[in-house]
Amino acid sequence: MAKRIEAVGVTAYYGAFKAIDGISMVIEPKSVTALIGPSGCGKSTFLRSINRMHEVLPGARVEGKLTIDSQDIYARDVDVTAVRRTIGMVFQRPNPFPTMSIYDNVVAGLRLGGVRRKSLLDDACEKALRAANLWNEVHTRLNRPGAGLSGGQQQRLCIARAIAVEPQVVLMDEPCSALDPISTLAIEDLISELKNQYTIIIVTHNMQQAARVSDRTAFFSIDKTGDPGRLIEYAETAKIFTNPSVKKTEDYITGRFG
Amino acid sequence: MSQPSFPGSAEAASAASADSPNDLTVQDDTRAVDIPRHRSGGRGPVAPMGGGGALPPKRRFGAESVFRWFTTGAGTIVLVIIVAIAIFLIVKAVPAIKADKANFLTHFEWFPNDPTDPKFGIASLAFGTVFSSAIALVLAVPVALGIALCLSHYAHKRLANGLGFLIDLLAAVPSIVFGLWGRDYLVDPVRQLSGWLHKYFGWIPLFGSDGPYGKSILLGSLVLAIMVLPIVTSLSREVFRQTPGMNEEAALALGATKWEMIRMAVIPYGRPGLIASVMLGLGRALGETIALALTLGGGWAVGSDIIHDGGNSIAANIANGFGEANDIGRGALIASGLVLFAITLIVNMIARAIVYRRREFIGSAV
Amino acid sequence: MTSMTTIPTSSSAPLTNALRSRRLPVWALVAIGVAAAVLAVLLFKVAGLMDGGWVLTLVGAVLIFLIGLSVISSVVEGRRAARNRVATSLIYSAFVLALVPLVSVVITLLNKGRTRLDGTFFNNSMRNITAFDSGGGAYHAIVGTLEQAGIATLITVPLGVAGAIYIVEYGRGRLANTIRFFVDVMTGIPSIVAGLFILAFWVLIVSPHLSSTHQPFNSGFAAALALFVLMLPTVTRSTEEMLRLVPASLREGSFALGIAKWKTIMRIVIPTALPGIVTGIMLAVARAAGETAPVLLVAGGTPNRNFNPFEGNQESLSVYIYDQAAAATKYGPPRAWTAALTLVALVLLLTVVAKLLSRRTKLNQK
Repeated sequence: MAKRIEAVGVTAYYGAFKAIDGISMVIEPKSVTALIGPSGCGKSTFLRSINRMHEVLPGARVEGKLTIDSQDIYARDVDVTAVRRTIGMVFQRPNPFPTMSIYDNVVAGLRLGGVRRKSLLDDACEKALRAANLWNEVHTRLNRPGAGLSGGQQQRLCIARAIAVEPQVVLMDEPCSALDPISTLAIEDLISELKNQYTIIIVTHNMQQAARVSDRTAFFSIDKTGDPGRLIEYAETAKIFTNPSVKKTEDYITGRFG
Repeated sequence: MSQPSFPGSAEAASAASADSPNDLTVQDDTRAVDIPRHRSGGRGPVAPMGGGGALPPKRRFGAESVFRWFTTGAGTIVLVIIVAIAIFLIVKAVPAIKADKANFLTHFEWFPNDPTDPKFGIASLAFGTVFSSAIALVLAVPVALGIALCLSHYAHKRLANGLGFLIDLLAAVPSIVFGLWGRDYLVDPVRQLSGWLHKYFGWIPLFGSDGPYGKSILLGSLVLAIMVLPIVTSLSREVFRQTPGMNEEAALALGATKWEMIRMAVIPYGRPGLIASVMLGLGRALGETIALALTLGGGWAVGSDIIHDGGNSIAANIANGFGEANDIGRGALIASGLVLFAITLIVNMIARAIVYRRREFIGSAV
Repeated sequence: MTSMTTIPTSSSAPLTNALRSRRLPVWALVAIGVAAAVLAVLLFKVAGLMDGGWVLTLVGAVLIFLIGLSVISSVVEGRRAARNRVATSLIYSAFVLALVPLVSVVITLLNKGRTRLDGTFFNNSMRNITAFDSGGGAYHAIVGTLEQAGIATLITVPLGVAGAIYIVEYGRGRLANTIRFFVDVMTGIPSIVAGLFILAFWVLIVSPHLSSTHQPFNSGFAAALALFVLMLPTVTRSTEEMLRLVPASLREGSFALGIAKWKTIMRIVIPTALPGIVTGIMLAVARAAGETAPVLLVAGGTPNRNFNPFEGNQESLSVYIYDQAAAATKYGPPRAWTAALTLVALVLLLTVVAKLLSRRTKLNQK
């Protein structure tokens, strides 16, 4: 249930603005990869190009090659909805569907896939909520609105919703930036558990978090505002944080810039 | 431009007390504003501001309170007018209803001008009003929602702005022009359509009549549908636009197609707003006067048929019957207007209440 | 196609196929469209199924296209993609459908309105001209419309803007909420009800006291009052929205300089919001200028010039259209259409200028 992602020269635009330039990296299955870097360096843009959410914005496009287990994500005959089901996503702010119950939120993706049988949905719902460490807290009130949960619970609900369709890869775009420290801890624990099953790529502003949860870390940066973001260094997390080989990485890690 | 001086700075205070013993002048680049000084009786010369003196008390009859009372009064006028409408319509309607020799609520025909035997009732007019509005909504709402979605989620932004402008123009055309167009132009296509509908779908009660066709409820409802289309469109476009982008992204990230995203995130989120916009469209349709006065055939028949000549509504009956109305007749028309006022008031209040509850819930205006 | 319908829990399909799906190429869509058109022509036009004319053929072609698209896309791309395609097609066709009446109204207006677009029309009244006479014009009606709308605007603007100031700047608590709610509700009051209200209140009750003969009388001013009732909520509402867009920091900056609240509002808040407020007023005027029903009830209409809005019947363009349209002669309707063209030109001019003005506002509107 995990796949290797390979990016070769990925360049993304918003209209005429080039947001990232020539990103190449390989992301191993069943690992956690953290993308770090200063604001506006294009890490979220790169993340969103992986499941083709980048192109949702008007005028946005991607060049270069992105493959999942050597299958081109941007090939002409690829169905974008299948890509997004294979590569799930968790957003910066918890975004459960406000009109749906907890249960309906979790099984929303399965229902899209045409699963109608109640027993299948029930099983999948429980499985996903357990995997997201949320089952114990909500199993008595599955029919209550998802928007009624706390922020941290909502974010775990969103993670449950993303993994309920059993994707191969889970993308997380600063999943803890809107959460308090305790909820953040819960999510970080969850990430460590999920990597046994999924390939996880996480964008974070928090370097301690990157150090805690990730196996490998990619450092993105820009020369100045208006320039495209570039991949500066990509290595084992331990190496990045203790012995980075690029001066710029070291400056960022030690807090001298960014 | 003079240097602005602030109360509280010693320099300003001393300058002010030197220049004008009673007023501290605060200046900015465009105007001078007078701030009244503290005028306590026995303290002699006023202490400089910021120098420990008490702050000036509020003036009771200053420009501020006049302005405040004026705006409050202007705001209250709306309530006064609504109450006044009800009162004056009732005052003029009661004598006519008393003179009515038939039951005003259940009688079908409208002959209030007979000097000895005025008989009139609202039943068939109310039926015609509701029936024609209902058909107009059935025709207009799906199209309006389609256009609204097109403008909010499908068309390219610049194109959507241009097309939205066209729809706004449609809303700006006066109803008399739609009425004239319906009566002089649309009536022929509708006549043909009626015959065709009867020939092939005559087994449906709506199309049961074998003529004559033309100025029918179908014609009136079509014109009405075109007229409520812009309002339903622009209100529901606003509703659709307010769907949080993060919910749309959540749906897309789950692998939804665009239509599934709309079904999953956009429509459920906007449902109360959509209901409200349909009801506001209904309010418009119920009250539309002159377009129906020109396109409906008149008469008091009540039935399910929509293609036969005929059809009437409260508002159209007022416009058409006013010219030849005597005293009782005028009162009778005012009474029917009172019924229309009550119906539209209720419909609009329900719609607005939905919008307001939603606004409190979500914290944004529709 | 298979990847879309398999349930994920049993996704044992080989990975290489998981992302791939067959998609209909553009030429296939064109082919379906052409086939649908040909089939429709054959069925309805050539074989004459259901007495088909061009309209039926066109509608049939669209239906056949939708069915064909749905079936073929289902087979090739899967049910979800098919639904997405059909929904997209329906949404765009809703748009085209709505443009049909707009285009038709414009063409009819230009066609029929042209006949009497001459100097006589704009320089003459209908004095001594019956339905059986050629000539005649709408000079008196144009003046009447301008006077009535002008007076209504003069009354509405100060009160409407002040009411909005109350709601946004001063109003707190229940009264403000009630006023806000009823301003919204009042935007939906039918124009005929406003007309009846002024009839009952001003014409029948107040006006006898103003005349030497103590008889009720119609006047352009009464029409202006009715238009005021209709414009007030619209102006209040749009002004309210614009005032809310003025950033709080501007007000606070002014308060911090010690400037009184009413001066802050009049000199800072209102000027900032002015373009938007003017836009709202112009749109309200455009709407009011096209109203027929209330003017018909309380100004009455006349073939003669009457430039005194305070006494005697007065014509307006919309009432002129209504009267001339009622004349079943060869001279009446052309006059009505030319008047309609004039009225639409006037209203659209106001609307377009208002919309252009709103684009110049510096305040951020969504």
